[in-house]
Amino acid sequence: MIQFEHYLIVSALLFCIGLLGVLTRKNLLVLYMSLELMLNAANLALVAASRFHDNLNGQIMVFFIITVAAAEVSVGLALIVALFRRRQTTNVQDLSELKL
Amino acid sequence: MIETLFFITFALLTLICALLVVANPFSRNPVTSAMFLVLTIISMAGLFVLLNAFFLAAVQVVVYAGAVIVLFLFVIMLLDIEEEERRKLKQFSVYSGILVAGVVAVIAITAILSSGIGAYASASPVIQGNPAPLGKILFRDYLLPFEILSILLLVAMVGAILLSKKDLK
Amino acid sequence: MNAFLSWSILLAPITAAVLIGLFTKQNSKLSSKLSIGAIGFSFLMTLLLAAVNSGTPEIPVTSSVTWLEVGGLKVELGMIIDPLSMMMLLVVTGVGTAIHIFSLGYMKDDPSLGRYFGFLSLFTFSMLGIVLASNFFQMFIFWELVGVSSYLLIGFWFERKPAAAACQKAFIVNRLGDFGFLIGIILIWSITGSLDFGEISGAFTENPALLGASTAIAGLLIFCGVLGKSAQFPLHVWLPDAMEGPTPVSALIHAATMVAAGVYLLCRTLFLFELPTSWPEDFAWLNGVSSLHIVALIGAITSIMAALIATRQDDIKRILAYSTLSQLGYMVMAVGLGGAAAGMFHLTTHAFFKALLFLGAGSVIYAAHHEQDIWKLGGLRKKMPVTFWTFLIGTLALCGAPPFSGFYSKEEVLLAAYQSNVVLFVLAAITAVLTTFYMFRLVFVAFGGSAKSESADHAHESPSVMTTPLVFLAVLSVVGGWLGIGGYFGHFFDHGAVHHGHHENQTVVMFIGIGAIIFGFFPAFFMYHGAESDPLKKGLGGIGEFLKNRMLIDEAYQWFISRTHEALARLADWIDRWILAGFLVKGIQFTGEFTGRALRLAQTGNTQTYALLFGLGLAVALFVILL
Repeated sequence: MIQFEHYLIVSALLFCIGLLGVLTRKNLLVLYMSLELMLNAANLALVAASRFHDNLNGQIMVFFIITVAAAEVSVGLALIVALFRRRQTTNVQDLSELKL
Repeated sequence: MIETLFFITFALLTLICALLVVANPFSRNPVTSAMFLVLTIISMAGLFVLLNAFFLAAVQVVVYAGAVIVLFLFVIMLLDIEEEERRKLKQFSVYSGILVAGVVAVIAITAILSSGIGAYASASPVIQGNPAPLGKILFRDYLLPFEILSILLLVAMVGAILLSKKDLK
Repeated sequence: MNAFLSWSILLAPITAAVLIGLFTKQNSKLSSKLSIGAIGFSFLMTLLLAAVNSGTPEIPVTSSVTWLEVGGLKVELGMIIDPLSMMMLLVVTGVGTAIHIFSLGYMKDDPSLGRYFGFLSLFTFSMLGIVLASNFFQMFIFWELVGVSSYLLIGFWFERKPAAAACQKAFIVNRLGDFGFLIGIILIWSITGSLDFGEISGAFTENPALLGASTAIAGLLIFCGVLGKSAQFPLHVWLPDAMEGPTPVSALIHAATMVAAGVYLLCRTLFLFELPTSWPEDFAWLNGVSSLHIVALIGAITSIMAALIATRQDDIKRILAYSTLSQLGYMVMAVGLGGAAAGMFHLTTHAFFKALLFLGAGSVIYAAHHEQDIWKLGGLRKKMPVTFWTFLIGTLALCGAPPFSGFYSKEEVLLAAYQSNVVLFVLAAITAVLTTFYMFRLVFVAFGGSAKSESADHAHESPSVMTTPLVFLAVLSVVGGWLGIGGYFGHFFDHGAVHHGHHENQTVVMFIGIGAIIFGFFPAFFMYHGAESDPLKKGLGGIGEFLKNRMLIDEAYQWFISRTHEALARLADWIDRWILAGFLVKGIQFTGEFTGRALRLAQTGNTQTYALLFGLGLAVALFVILL
């Protein structure tokens, strides 16, 4: 029988795959996709919790997360576009203005 | 029994596709990543269905696969990014990334398994993630967050338009 | 009445000093009038005070205001008027007035006369402060103020290199002594909890063993201050050099008053020295020796040493300076031998005749256009009769010839020595012989014979503004001794009269004293009467050179100090170079730089590095929280 833990483990693994992408990939767009993966991991955990605790509030939360993620992606992508116009690159290694 | 089978299938599909999003050995093309992201999202929608979250499964497919990924593809095409040139990845960065992600995964899974969190789960769950009960809660208990969320979307839209304008004046 | 008078005595000079310093320094006439007016006023007030108190029983009259009170430390500004301070007040203001007036003539061509009189008033104020001080703290403050004004006056002609060096030497040597003095004060305060002379002495009367094992140490520490201020061996080296100052200053500060402050302090704190002496265990071998014994010994050493050196000096002021040293040694020895009254008596008469001698020397120097070498003077007896006769009176008084004042006081000192310690008495008698010898050598060479240089040839008598103080002091030098005939000074101290009534001893001592004068006078007469050059120069050979070079004490100090200095400097340099600059400064700099460099490695500017570190932090946080 599939238990709550199993969903949580899938969620954790999904989160870590997203983290791995954020840490290793150099393309900003892929980086964003990895972020989406991490958000989805959270979604999965919430839906599972909602199901196993017999409570719909978790699904509402997921609903909100999806909305926020959509907003975030739209702004983030707009930023990438603006950045690309200026620097002609989407590679994070080329973005090191934080260093003096 | 059949439920277990479905779970394993969708879970494996989700994880493999997600892995291919971030680390595709054959292609570094962002479009490929985007496509695998679509597959991931759809597999997750399958998991949602298994969890009785029918409405969310639909939203997941519509919003993510339909809107977000399309947005990604638009941007990729807009920017005319040729395949990521095969820059030599820094070994150190890759290994350290794998190490950190792995450590976090091990810690999280160990914590989940040792916490006995499943014991708190309801023995016979009955909820159905249909639009009607969800809508009732959403528009009754969560009305204010919902409205704030709509403002957030408006702001994000304005921001996105402002940022992608050619010259800000 | 007493309080008002004593405060006005004290405050008049400082008012003058402040006014001169702030307003009238450029105007030398007004400044000198202010200064002389102030000390004249103090003198009159002192006379009035003496008159007011002459009939009353001789108990110390004190008035004090609390100045500050911090925890257990209570500092008062007080006045103590007893016969002892009364006498000192008279000496300081009386002799001071004469010298102030003399300065008017001696310094009249100096461009910074205003500054001179300002300093002089400051000195007078400080000296009066010492005399009137009713507690150790006040005493110490004025003690230091006296040191400062002495420094300022010795270095009055600071553009002259020797003067600048001499004032620093005087100040530094005095600091050495004052350091001990200060420690002594702190020691006494920490044990008795009081700084007031009366209270402390009362505490000791109640419990003589209050200081326990540190009685002798406390006394000797206080004596350190005396060593410095009264120029006793081994801190005497500054006084001869202090002669670089203007001659009236030498007369006032370095002959009559300031150097006597040490003796005064000894008398003031005599109660401390009279306690039954006990030493800490480390000094147990000194048991049986009281601090007064050491005081007396130092006084005797100083007096004979200075007298020996004085016989071979050629500078008129230096001869007088060594003579002062010698006489101060006398006083200190007298106090040390239990004859505090004799010491004070000698202090008083010495103030008169030594001021007179210095002013006489000043008059000579002034007349001879700043020629101070006695072998370039000569023949002044006819040219400067007033100066000569007053100088002779001073000389006779110093030698102790009857009936001049020095005769009475010196006899008291000798008597004190005779009754206590034969060895010291012999030393004192030899010193008396030497005193007569070098003084008459000075008189014969400088005043007798014929002029040995052009400037001496052209000399003529000084103006009356200078000769009047000479005459005034000469009169005092003659009659000053009669003060002590009735045992007046003995009343200063409760036990002072003990030494009187031994008429046999007195007669013996008197004859020895007069014999010493004769023994001193004739060799001087035969050797120097009409001499053109010093016959002793070859006669004494190496010893003469040794004495002429002031027993090489300065050289020894120089050698010792430069050696220790060098060693200390090397050590300090090493510490500075390796420990401070090397280890601490460079170490801190290196640590900072190293940490900075290490941290800079993390600041790649690459977002993913930050993300990685963030992930690492997350892992650690999760590990801590979840596992």
